[in-house]
Amino acid sequence: METNLITEDKQKNKLEKAFEILKTMASKPSGLIGLSIVLFHVVLALLSPYIAPYDYKAISPNTMLLAPSAEHWFGTDSLGRDVFTRTILGGRTALTVTFFGSLIALLWGGLLGIFCGLVGGKIDDVVMRVVDAFLSIPWILAMLLIVSLLGTSTEVLIPALGFFYGKGIVRVARAATHDVIAKDFIVSARARGHSNMSIIWNEIIPNVRDAILVEGAMRWSWMLLGFSSLSFLGFGVSPPTPDWGLMISNARGLMSFAYWSVIAPIVGLSSLIIGINLTADAFAKALGIDRSTKAPV
Amino acid sequence: MNEIIESVKNLSIGFNSQKGKQISILRNVSTNIKKGETVGIVGESGSGKSTLALAMMGYIKQGLFPLKGECLFKSKDLLKMSSRQLEKIRGRKIAMIPQNAGQALTPNLKIGYQIDEALKLHTDLNKTERDKKISELLNKVRLPSPETMAFRYPHELSGGQQQRVAVAMALAGKPDLLLLDEPTTGLDVTTQAHVLELLRFIAKDTGTSMIYVSHDLGAIAQVSDRIVVMYAGEIVLEGPARKILKEPIHPYTYGLLKSIPKLSLAGLPASMPGSQPQPGSINEGCSFYDRCNLATDNCKKNSPDLEHIKELDTNVRCFNYKELINQNNNLQTSITKKSNNSEANEVLKLKDVSISYAKQKFFDQLLNKISDQNPTVKDINIDIKKGETIALVGESGSGKSTILKSIAGLLKTKDGQIKFENDRILSSDLKMRNPNDLRAIQLIFQNPDESLNPNHTVEQILSQPLKLYFNLSGEELKKNIIDLLKKVRLGEFYMSRYPRQLSGGEKQRVAVARAFAAKPDIILCDEVTSALDVSVQAAVLNLLQQLKEDLGTTYVFVSHDLAVVRAISDRVAVLYQGRLCEIGPSQNVYKFPSHPYTEVLLGAVLEPDPDIKPKLVAEDIVEEKPPEKGCSFQGRCPRKIGDICNSEIPPWQIGENGNAIRCHINIEELASLQQ
Ligand SMILES: Nc1ncnc2c1ncn2[C@@H]1O[C@H](COP(=O)(O)OP(=O)(O)O)[C@@H](O)[C@H]1O
Ligand code: SF4
Ligand code: SF4
Ligand SMILES: [Mg+2]
Repeated sequence: METNLITEDKQKNKLEKAFEILKTMASKPSGLIGLSIVLFHVVLALLSPYIAPYDYKAISPNTMLLAPSAEHWFGTDSLGRDVFTRTILGGRTALTVTFFGSLIALLWGGLLGIFCGLVGGKIDDVVMRVVDAFLSIPWILAMLLIVSLLGTSTEVLIPALGFFYGKGIVRVARAATHDVIAKDFIVSARARGHSNMSIIWNEIIPNVRDAILVEGAMRWSWMLLGFSSLSFLGFGVSPPTPDWGLMISNARGLMSFAYWSVIAPIVGLSSLIIGINLTADAFAKALGIDRSTKAPV
Repeated sequence: MNEIIESVKNLSIGFNSQKGKQISILRNVSTNIKKGETVGIVGESGSGKSTLALAMMGYIKQGLFPLKGECLFKSKDLLKMSSRQLEKIRGRKIAMIPQNAGQALTPNLKIGYQIDEALKLHTDLNKTERDKKISELLNKVRLPSPETMAFRYPHELSGGQQQRVAVAMALAGKPDLLLLDEPTTGLDVTTQAHVLELLRFIAKDTGTSMIYVSHDLGAIAQVSDRIVVMYAGEIVLEGPARKILKEPIHPYTYGLLKSIPKLSLAGLPASMPGSQPQPGSINEGCSFYDRCNLATDNCKKNSPDLEHIKELDTNVRCFNYKELINQNNNLQTSITKKSNNSEANEVLKLKDVSISYAKQKFFDQLLNKISDQNPTVKDINIDIKKGETIALVGESGSGKSTILKSIAGLLKTKDGQIKFENDRILSSDLKMRNPNDLRAIQLIFQNPDESLNPNHTVEQILSQPLKLYFNLSGEELKKNIIDLLKKVRLGEFYMSRYPRQLSGGEKQRVAVARAFAAKPDIILCDEVTSALDVSVQAAVLNLLQQLKEDLGTTYVFVSHDLAVVRAISDRVAVLYQGRLCEIGPSQNVYKFPSHPYTEVLLGAVLEPDPDIKPKLVAEDIVEEKPPEKGCSFQGRCPRKIGDICNSEIPPWQIGENGNAIRCHINIEELASLQQ
């Protein structure tokens, strides 16, 4: 109903629009909580190198498995490293890897999806078959293979994660493009003689952008979980880089008597995943996209 | 006859806006439905007619709620009933027929089964009685071969037949009141006329009261005993159908009737300025004030009440209605348009054009040809003169849009040529056309919601052709956009609006402006007014005519609506199944003799006049494919003369009026048959 009413007739620039969307997202409690969590993590990740009280890789036999105290807020781990330091720096690793991973997923998934939706026909069929084939490989096995071949540096992890999480985005982008290209405004642009590039850029992208971004935001939280699982299995970033998955993995045997070394990374990881999830949902709602109708891939 | 079945009292329905304001979309509506009576509720989209109809069966759409008033069905308030109580009434006492019956039927269940379910639910009949009842109902709604119909699936039926099934299901519970919400909108003209005829028969035969909701006064006129006219959530006029249609005493109804193109009138219908106000935007005064040419200062400040006029048996909401009494001979007038100079040169020629949707076989692909013996569109020959408006008419599926797409280069032709200016052949492939030819031919589509990119502002939409064809930028671009907006009577401030912030008519104006931005020679209009409200349609037609007279543009105007075509076109081509039946100057095509198909189409037109009933000469069957040989209309022709119609393509004959007809019946004989 409300959208039918003539809204105020001021031209908004991009910044104002983004702000508007943020405001809408924050207007519901769940969105506000999600945004705050994500913001908290991002700020912490940005500041962590400056506020970390200790050297994250300083091993010291004297401070092994200390309980939380005034010096070591979250205690120390089995090698005597400060858990607080490693937790806040671990967030930095997780966010960087998955942020750039998602970006890559968005780019290749979005572009390939738009391309497939646009050309249709045989090419589309073949590409989607291939994508489906990849989709049916258990990603974690494939990741293990890649990592064992190419090593565990972030230069390998980021594109590999981006690749695997982009597959789902291909589907969403393709479906959205399909919906759009049936519309008369595309026919109209074609009949006028616009080039394909101009049609993609001016007519299609503005109409599929939202759906793709929402999908990307959702994928981000899944990728975070995936990345941490890899680390947990020992195939993520290599020690001594501070990383939540790695921390949980190292400390899980000591949980019964040194619970502190595992609680902090677990809280960090789950809160960030929940935060991103809530944010993505609020984002979808603010853009008027109904995610419930789309099957998760 | 005087027993009141349902009575609506002071009903207001509204919603809460995001800013927490209460906005009403129905305001203080009161009306009575008597036993055996058919009441037509008419209004533009957004006038609240569906909300009212739904409330009359105790249903309030989600997000809305009743603000005050009641809906008394047999003296019990439906709006206060529990859902259990309502279930007992719906289907049994009050039944509803939706706009799109095809979607309301369950696709994977046979027709007979679905009617049986309705019978089980609403009656206490046993199995054999129900079976008897099913065939009785199928007979009553006049479905062809009712015996086999019960065993068919919904998708095996045409739109008109599905609508009949919906009527049969609604009648299953022997309701006292039947609610019909736009039941014929979207059906073909001939089908529409048949369904309306059926409804009228059923109302008489069963004595059921009906509420018929529609935006189409032509359809309302065919079925209603009484008419309620809604505007901006209020009843503005209510009375006996004949009075409302022949002597409307409310300025809105008067204007509405004048804005409907009529078969009997050449020339354009008068248009009403502006559009219906949005809910919540009316604060004080008469809601029609902005568009009313009888408005006075009093109307601006005070809202008129619904006043009962005893001698006319009419309720009217207007301070100045007296001025309209005895004004009504004016209804039968129209705006004469400048006729086109018939000496002008031909600008576009279609020569033996055939178009096929058949997929190319592998070999044909190699040879780059299409070998379809029975293409969708075949042998079209039309020469179009510069500055003329040529209309293509026919029911849906007759190939009108297909031909337009080919002219625009969006669809390859199978055979034949499209020639532009001085007999230069235009490639049927868009990519092979030069930019100037692309610019010269522009398209306007039916539905501006689909043809305008929802993510672009009006400025962006209009700048596309200007940038593409004329390389404009900066101040010059802006100046051109403002000029274009002015041409379609929109102000400069529309530039920053998005399509969703515009009304239907405004959107279509933007689409018109976009087409004219290219300074085209030819504009292809595909049902450009079908998605618009009548009062807005008239305005768009007038705008198109004005622009054409100013700029000398040529229009190819596609429509299924013969009255609209009559109003705007200089020449008409009638199509059936992708084949031409008749072509000629429009004043002559509307005179006899006509091709039998034209006769059928003309007979089915619904006029907003209770005295003009449609003539139903042909069956409303839908043919899937054109016949392989012979006359394209053989399957439905009421005047078919025999085998020759099935085997030989009829010759062209030219009548003394100058219209060419393709039929085996001699044209003079046709003339005497149609006397
Ligand atoms: N894309 C398509 N593929 C196959 N057949 C089509 C397609 N579009 C239209 N048709 C068929 O071509 C015929 C003419 O359609 P159309 O030109 O849209 O008619 P109209 O515009 O007169 O309603 C119809 O039988 C329709 O089913
Ligand atoms: S009350 Fe005034 S503004 Fe309203 S319809 Fe009558 S004359 Fe027009
Ligand atoms: S040729 Fe025969 S079938 Fe065709 S319109 Fe004439 S009479 Fe009818
Ligand atoms: Mg069409």
